[in-house]
Amino acid sequence: MIYLELFWSFFQVGLFSFGGGYAAMPLIQNQIVDKNGWLTMSEFADVITISQMTPGPIGINSATFVGTRIAGLPGAIVATMGNITPSCIIVLILAFLYYKYRGLSTIQGILQGLRPAVVALIASAGLSLTTVALWSEETITYKMADIDLIAVTILVLSLFILRKWKTNPIYVMAGAGILGLCFYSFL
Amino acid sequence: MTKDMKFYLKLFSSTFYLSAFTFGGGYVIIPLMKKKFVDEYQWIEEKEILDLTAIAQSTPGAMAVNAAILIGYRMAGILGAVITILGTILPPLIILTVISLAYSAFIENQIVKLILRGMQAGVAAVVIDVSLTMILGVLKGKKIIPIMVMVGAFVATFLLDINVVYIILASGLIGAISIIKFNKKSGEKS
Repeated sequence: MIYLELFWSFFQVGLFSFGGGYAAMPLIQNQIVDKNGWLTMSEFADVITISQMTPGPIGINSATFVGTRIAGLPGAIVATMGNITPSCIIVLILAFLYYKYRGLSTIQGILQGLRPAVVALIASAGLSLTTVALWSEETITYKMADIDLIAVTILVLSLFILRKWKTNPIYVMAGAGILGLCFYSFL
Repeated sequence: MTKDMKFYLKLFSSTFYLSAFTFGGGYVIIPLMKKKFVDEYQWIEEKEILDLTAIAQSTPGAMAVNAAILIGYRMAGILGAVITILGTILPPLIILTVISLAYSAFIENQIVKLILRGMQAGVAAVVIDVSLTMILGVLKGKKIIPIMVMVGAFVATFLLDINVVYIILASGLIGAISIIKFNKKSGEKS
């Protein structure tokens, strides 16, 4: 029963992927390449590339891609459902507990400790994204000579616009894409 | 707030829209959600977004999906969660279904490549912008423990590459201990 297998494989991916998309990569590889042989390793590498180029979580992207190849659109839907089911259950339980008990002083304390840490996590993700954007080569060298000046220009300009006019980030991102197309093709 | 058809449609379309623009990893959805739900709609507070982020981060699965479930549940219970889940998974589901049918053509496309390279820089700017605002917020509080937790968590994640689950657990523990100590102190005084 292919639908059940798809569901169960991506259920496990969803259940065990803590800490963002890159942490999920080895799990997905294990399920779809090593265990089930649904994709070859090079096809899997393509899925990763596509995931980086398109919006959306890598787990859902690979679930859709594999599902479609194995069993068409129903396969994609079943695999995606499998991927998000563990999240749904666990997150809903935690959300319920959070709204019920967040008034307690100990919980208040825990949350006060968490908030600055979350700020740090977001800032750290921002820096990682910056290095990826500025050193667009395969390996990040951190050398000034290898820096992508067009990317620096787009980043500084975007940041300036965001800080100065509090522009909707989605317009800024779309604008950055258009600038990228113009600059990289004509310069 | 009246929870009519219009409200649910707004909830669905905003999560759909955000999900369609979450390039570059799950954290990108947090600044976008903050702008939309805190600044624009004023449905929830900034503090709450940080709490929900901590929950989304410490549970398994995709950050964007977890955050969407939390926002949906917060706004309209289980039905709200179902709506935001649909809004979040539909864009990648549609895009990847289309791409999987013609994926080599897509990967090789030069125009797509260049647009995405420009967008990477834009995405980085969006996350830096929101980080700056939040960092300044913590610094303005002028309390030593939150500032130390923020710096410590940054070093732990960015320089030492420690698993975020441990960072969340440790900072939660620090928060719990400091409030218990504070309560004891004020208890002794009175």
